[in-house]
Amino acid sequence: MSEEKENWDLVIKPKQSMFSVDFKSLWRYRDLLMLFVRRDFVSVYKQTILGPIWFIIQPILTTLTYYIIFTFFGKMSTDGLPPILFYMSGIVLWNYFAECLTKTSETFTANASIFGKVYFPRLIVPLSIVVSNIIRFGIQLLLLIVFWLYAYATGKPVQLNSTLLLLPLLVILMAGHGFAAGLIISSLTTKYRDLKFLVQFGVQLLMYGSSVVIPLSRVPEHYRWVFLMNPMTSIIETFKYSFLGKGVYEPVYLLYNFISLIVILFIGLFIFNKVEKSFMDTV
Amino acid sequence: MSVTVIKVENLGKQYRLGQIGTGTLSHDLNRTWHKIRGKEDPYLKVGVVNDRTEKGGGNIVWALKDINFQLNQGEVLGIIGKNGAGKSTLLKVLSQITSPTVGSVKVKGRIAALLEVGTGFHPELTGKENIFLNGAILGMTKSEIKSKFDEIVEFSGVDKYIDTPVKRYSSGMMVRLGFAVAAHLEPEILIVDEVLAVGDLEFQKKCLGKMKDVSEQGRTVLFVSHNMNAMQQLCTKGILISNGQLVMEGQIDKVVNHYIGIAKQGSFSSGNHARRGNKSVLFSDFYLTDADGNKVDSMIMGSDIYLNAVLERKAEVKSVDVSFTIRNAMGEAITHVQNMDNDFSIPYDFNTITLRIKLSSVLFVPDTYFISVWTGCNSDAYDIIENCVHFEVMNNPDFNRIIYPHNIKVFVNSEWAISNK
Repeated sequence: MSEEKENWDLVIKPKQSMFSVDFKSLWRYRDLLMLFVRRDFVSVYKQTILGPIWFIIQPILTTLTYYIIFTFFGKMSTDGLPPILFYMSGIVLWNYFAECLTKTSETFTANASIFGKVYFPRLIVPLSIVVSNIIRFGIQLLLLIVFWLYAYATGKPVQLNSTLLLLPLLVILMAGHGFAAGLIISSLTTKYRDLKFLVQFGVQLLMYGSSVVIPLSRVPEHYRWVFLMNPMTSIIETFKYSFLGKGVYEPVYLLYNFISLIVILFIGLFIFNKVEKSFMDTV
Repeated sequence: MSVTVIKVENLGKQYRLGQIGTGTLSHDLNRTWHKIRGKEDPYLKVGVVNDRTEKGGGNIVWALKDINFQLNQGEVLGIIGKNGAGKSTLLKVLSQITSPTVGSVKVKGRIAALLEVGTGFHPELTGKENIFLNGAILGMTKSEIKSKFDEIVEFSGVDKYIDTPVKRYSSGMMVRLGFAVAAHLEPEILIVDEVLAVGDLEFQKKCLGKMKDVSEQGRTVLFVSHNMNAMQQLCTKGILISNGQLVMEGQIDKVVNHYIGIAKQGSFSSGNHARRGNKSVLFSDFYLTDADGNKVDSMIMGSDIYLNAVLERKAEVKSVDVSFTIRNAMGEAITHVQNMDNDFSIPYDFNTITLRIKLSSVLFVPDTYFISVWTGCNSDAYDIIENCVHFEVMNNPDFNRIIYPHNIKVFVNSEWAISNK
């Protein structure tokens, strides 16, 4: 037996955890990521009549509901913007964030049967969720543009401005927050199932605490910080400012957002790393 | 050509028994507190050897402990042990599904594990889409799958249905498709867990052949099965695991023979069984023996086995009947034996009586079996002990029955002749 050089390709040891993301193996499994995206996309609307059209119907119906409740009955302010556009832009952004968050938070519990049988970098699953939702987000954004064009053509007070160039950054911030918070929840639910119940409720609560329904400018000065704690608030406000022309746009808020993203992402990856090694024993 | 490709050193894996839930948070906090102060994990010290027949005091068990072995390139290792011995845990650690508590495994080359066929199949997707998905989950790239796609479809034999969603497949077709994908993996090291136990006869032959090819190509294989015959045909080397510890390592034939020969005196001790009944008559002992009267807890398929029951009478009774139910590891009742069937009447004025029941040519498929015992009279139960003793049925090398449909439970003796001369 030749006991030669110790150049092993793989060493399996007790949790070497801390903070390590194995980008090399993530890259090696990139095909799997794309296949997961495809699977999610293709399988969701199988055996439905309308198929992918649901991507569009959902935000339209939600917008209508909000319009009827908040504008028609509630007579609530929309910052002087056309209510339909105001609600729809909030809803489209919020949906993307919420989908990333809730789906990611189910990573371990929903995939336990696969994870129990095969090894691949677990991060592939939440990453595929973020990517497949971005496709959905893109489609809904197109819908939003159609509504915007109609509003513009009929002379409604909407206007674009150069901050629209920030859109990619906004998407990254949204996806990142949803992804990272999802990782944390998903890792903790493997042990403490209670969190599962909190998520549904929490997401809804967070939505009312962002500016999907209530424009930030209508929030009394000294309560604003509560809304601003919610990273989605400044994202939605910035988007409304750049896309519709009214909203609170402050670079400082975005900076705060960026820092919070890094912190949450760091915590999320740390916990996820820890849990992925041993979750099969606790799930 | 003797490069070491797997080196397992002092591997151990610990599990906490019982309910996870209450108390885990406090355990976690305690653990963290110890870590902060730089002390050793307080829960690492406790823990008993994984022996299910004994009820240990601690609620932490070592499913694997002090496992050491090496494997050279091209070797085919058979991992042998009873249900619950730790085989699957070992495979899970080796395939990175769960991490060890102590020790390390060093690996050279790409490793792929086949603990199940068709992992990740999505029912709504077509056969074709699932081939790609499953292949990627197992670690292949898209282009690799593409280049082997035709081969995979041909091997699976479901080419007609390749564009049909797999939810419309029969379970057999699903398995074939899954194995076809797995069979075309080309890792340097392949871990296989009992996948031969699935599919129909023809397909199993195909799989066995494929496994042989793989090992002849100089790739390393780790193989777990209860099928000793297949083990002896495929493997070059074997390890025997018992209660989470490595008991024996060496030539496959030696290890298999040792395993079949193990006759742990596994009989019933009256203390720790949940009993039901009115206690007029009690089982005071129950054990299995071979024809010579030696206690055994395993048997070779097709041989005879004797059930021995010692009864004690505690109160006046009018009659005594006794029956046994034998269940397999899945809990399915395989057979039932009772004295009434043979018109055998048991006297009812004894103080102690020992019954010896011969079961001849037991042709159960290799598995673990549990015997539940009952004594009573009509609907009056005197004493019932569920799963009071268990035993293993081992494959008989002379039968040469490596291959059989996976869901059969029992064989029968058959004689073949041609009658239209």
